[in-house]
Amino acid sequence: MKANIRKIIVQLDEIHQDGGQSVSPPTRRALAMAVIANPYAGRFSDSLEELIDIGEELGGLLGERCVQALGIAPDLAQSYGKAAIVGEGGELEHAAAILHPKLGAPLRKAVSKGAALVPSAKKQGTLGTAVDVPLGHKDAAFVRSHFDAMEARVADAPRANEIVVAVVVTDSGRPHPRIGGLQIQEIVGQDGLR
Amino acid sequence: MNDFIDVRRVFTHVEHIHHEFGPPADTPLVRGAIAAVLRNPYAGAYHADILPMMEALNPLGVDLAKQLCDAMGVTPQHIQGYGKGAIVGAAGELEHGALWHVPGGYAMRELLGWKGERAAYTQGGGGDKPSGQPGNALAIVSSTKKVGPPGAALDVPMTHINASYVRSHFDAIEMRVPGAPRADEIIVILAMSTGARVHARVGGLKAQDISQWNGLR
Repeated sequence: MKANIRKIIVQLDEIHQDGGQSVSPPTRRALAMAVIANPYAGRFSDSLEELIDIGEELGGLLGERCVQALGIAPDLAQSYGKAAIVGEGGELEHAAAILHPKLGAPLRKAVSKGAALVPSAKKQGTLGTAVDVPLGHKDAAFVRSHFDAMEARVADAPRANEIVVAVVVTDSGRPHPRIGGLQIQEIVGQDGLR
Repeated sequence: MNDFIDVRRVFTHVEHIHHEFGPPADTPLVRGAIAAVLRNPYAGAYHADILPMMEALNPLGVDLAKQLCDAMGVTPQHIQGYGKGAIVGAAGELEHGALWHVPGGYAMRELLGWKGERAAYTQGGGGDKPSGQPGNALAIVSSTKKVGPPGAALDVPMTHINASYVRSHFDAIEMRVPGAPRADEIIVILAMSTGARVHARVGGLKAQDISQWNGLR
């Protein structure tokens, strides 16, 4: 294992009712977070290779944990997103190194396919800082019913020399989508957009 | 479900703690909490008799306890610590949260409680020959509650399931549901853990030294 993982947290949010109307089946969003040591905390390094490799490792690990929490076959995943919170001893670029170069491929494997860009967010923060992980449909970014976000937060992290890495996978869109746009049954799934 | 129990949302939180900057644990400590967001039937007005809801919460509690244990990926035999709590939305009162005391404790004992032979139980079986330990889930289920806005955090206290004085298992897990409770909602929470704090080392009564089996020592 490349990452020094202090803790892994998995959350499952099931919405059975919203706006007084029942949601059937319930919408379900799974969030997996890893609290890891930042190998570059407190120093400037041109190379961020270690974090890029950690991103690859966590893309698979956290993606699989989400799918496991949903209890679904990978191809039943519908939307995804990713985010990182860097502690005070690190830089925003450290979050970028984890999220962007290599995290996507193993995450896509965990959810099968994944033609669309993985929406992302990053920030610097301290213990208990929340980041809203943006969500979009995994095969067609324009599907309007699946634009969403899930709040990710760890009460005791990140410490100054840590990074919180978060991945969200869902098996559904918003509870009662009714603002039109591209529908899931209209997905072509080739270009990642429609 | 019945007139009193209208579940709007279920939120599950499970953490695997590998270390806290000390020696990594051979087996990560698993802690979890589950929250059900319910409609508060008593929101907005004072009701003298709220006891009917207490009874009605029993089946939900048992269901939540099972779901939490499953989400933690362990069997009931592995649960060593527990706690419970409630967060009441702004149109309710603290007393509505207090409705969870009895059914929350009942839920834990339904899942974890056992009366029988200890060695067989730890191996996943039952047995019927008491050997000193009269049962499981003997300790009071520690708890806390508050009235709060959507996203309010509750530090749910946790203690050893068989003896409240076991010092290594004093713990708390922060639980919050983003967006809940709304004013007319109540969140009921159960929490469990598989062991001591990950680097427990402040002495006191140890789990292996429980001897009185009175829920305290």
